[in-house]
Amino acid sequence: MQGGPEQETTTDERHSSRVAFEVNDARRELTLDNRTTLLDTLRERLGLIGAKKGCDHGQCGSCTVLLDGRRVKSCLILAVTLDGRSVVTVEGLAGPDELSPLQAAFVAHDAFQCGYCTPGQICSARGMLDEVARGWPSAVTGDLTAPAELTDAEIRERMAGNLCRCAAYPHIVAAVRETATTR
Amino acid sequence: MRPFRYHRPADVAEAVAVLAAEPEAAYLAGGTNLVDLMKLGVQRPDLLVDVTRLPLDAVEELPDGGLRIGATVRNSDLAAHPAVRRDYPVLARALLDAASGQLRNLATTGGNLLQRTRCVYFQDTGKACNKREPGTGCAARHGQNRDLAVLDWSDLCVATHPSDLAVALAALDAVVEVHEPDGPRDVPLAALHRSPGEHPERETTLERGTLITAVRLPALPAARHSTYRKVRDRASFAFAVGSVAAVLDLDGDVVRDVRLAYGAVAHRPWRAYRAEEELRGRPFSPELAARAADAELAEARPLRHNGFKLPLTRAITVRTLTELAEGARS
Ligand code: FES
Ligand code: FES
Repeated sequence: MQGGPEQETTTDERHSSRVAFEVNDARRELTLDNRTTLLDTLRERLGLIGAKKGCDHGQCGSCTVLLDGRRVKSCLILAVTLDGRSVVTVEGLAGPDELSPLQAAFVAHDAFQCGYCTPGQICSARGMLDEVARGWPSAVTGDLTAPAELTDAEIRERMAGNLCRCAAYPHIVAAVRETATTR
Repeated sequence: MRPFRYHRPADVAEAVAVLAAEPEAAYLAGGTNLVDLMKLGVQRPDLLVDVTRLPLDAVEELPDGGLRIGATVRNSDLAAHPAVRRDYPVLARALLDAASGQLRNLATTGGNLLQRTRCVYFQDTGKACNKREPGTGCAARHGQNRDLAVLDWSDLCVATHPSDLAVALAALDAVVEVHEPDGPRDVPLAALHRSPGEHPERETTLERGTLITAVRLPALPAARHSTYRKVRDRASFAFAVGSVAAVLDLDGDVVRDVRLAYGAVAHRPWRAYRAEEELRGRPFSPELAARAADAELAEARPLRHNGFKLPLTRAITVRTLTELAEGARS
C-alpha cells in the first residue's frame, strides 16, 4: 500500500479540537489534532488495539468498528467529527472474560489464521446481522421488496468489505451463518 | 496531511458563507473519498466544514409521486428505503453495487455525486495530472488507461466519473437542489458534471462553495421496471469497468419509453440519448438493443488499453434491456 506524504507538524491550537464521545460505554474526552482518525485515536490514545490498521485507505475492513450501532471503517473517520457520538470496538462486544456469540462462533469454526483481520470481521458481522434484521437488501437480493434471507451468497456479498489475507473466508461464512441461525 | 481547522456550521446559509470567505476550505460529508485524498496529499484543504449534522437527512415522498432525497442521506439508508426499493429499483441496485457495507453507512447522497475520479494517476501526487495540477500534463493518456474513458475525453484528461449512483440518477432525470452564495437553485443532474475539455480540474458546473442540499426524483411509474448492471474485476467491492442503468416501458412489444445511462465510459455519467432514440417506438428485440448501443458508441475513441469497453457496454445494454423486456412480458 502506498503511504501518504510526510506528516506536516502543527502546534497551532486552531488545528486541534476538544472532542467528547463514548467508547464502549465509557465517556472519553480528549484534545486531538484535527487530522487524527478514529482508528489512530482508538489505538494510540485510548489503548484499544483491537481495531487494526491494514490499509488505512478504506479498502480492507480490518479497522471496522460500530458507530452509533452501524459498522464503519474507522480509518476514514476524523475523530473531531464524533462529538456526542458512540463507538463500540471489538473490546466492547462482550465483558472482559466472556465471548460474544460471534466471537465464540469464530473460535468454534477456526474462522481465522493470523487473526489480523478478525476484529474487523467480527465488528462487521455484528453490524451486518443488524442490517439484515432491519430488512436491508444487498446486491445479491433477488426481490428488493421482500425481506432478505441470509444465504451463503448473501453473507459473502455483505461481508465483501472485509478482506482476509489468510483466506479464512469459508470458515468466516460458517461462523456468521451459525450466529445468524442460533441467536 | 496538511493541518486544517474544523467547523460545524449551524445551518446551510452559514456553511455556504464560510466556504465563500475561505478559499481553501472544503465541505466534509461522509469523508470516504475526501479523507483518503487528504491522506494521499491530493486534496489539501486548510478548513473542513462538516455538513453531516445539517438537517438534510430526510427522504420525502412527494405529492406528485416523486421523491426528495436529502444530501446527507447515507447510501445504505437510501438503498433500504421502501419507496426506493419499490419505485426506483435501478437506484437501489446502483447503490447496493457500490463500495462496501461499511462505506455505504458513511457515504452521503451529495458526496457521492461530487466524489473524484479513481484514475490512479490523479491519486498519485508523483504523476503528471492536469486535473490535480493544471498544466502538468496527463500521464494516463499514453499510460495504463484500461479503466479510463472511451467517450468525450480530451487530450488533457481521460478520467472517468466513478459513481454508480450518478448513473442511475442520470437515467431517472434527477434534479439536484443546490445552495449557492446567491441562494438556492435547481440543476438537472445531466447538467451537473462537465466534460473535461480544456479544464479537467473543473468537474461540475457548480460554482466553488456551492452546497448540494437534496436530489429530487420526478415521478416515473415506468421506473418500477428498471435495473442496474455493473461489471467489475471482482464479484463485489470494486469500481465499475462498465455499467448500465436502464428503465424500460413496453406497450405490447413496442418500446413506449426507455431511459439508459452508462457508467465508466466518460468524465461524467453518460445518458445514452441516441440509444434511447433508436429504441423508442420500435418493437423490442435484442438486435434492436445492439443497434441502439452501437449508435450511442459511434463516436467513441477507445484508448490503447480500453477498447474492450465498447463490446462490453454493448453486451450489457443488450442483456439488461432483454431481461427487462422478458420481465415485463411475464
Ligand atoms: S485500515 Fe481501514 S479499511 Fe483498511
Ligand atoms: S486471519 Fe489472517 S488476515 Fe484474516
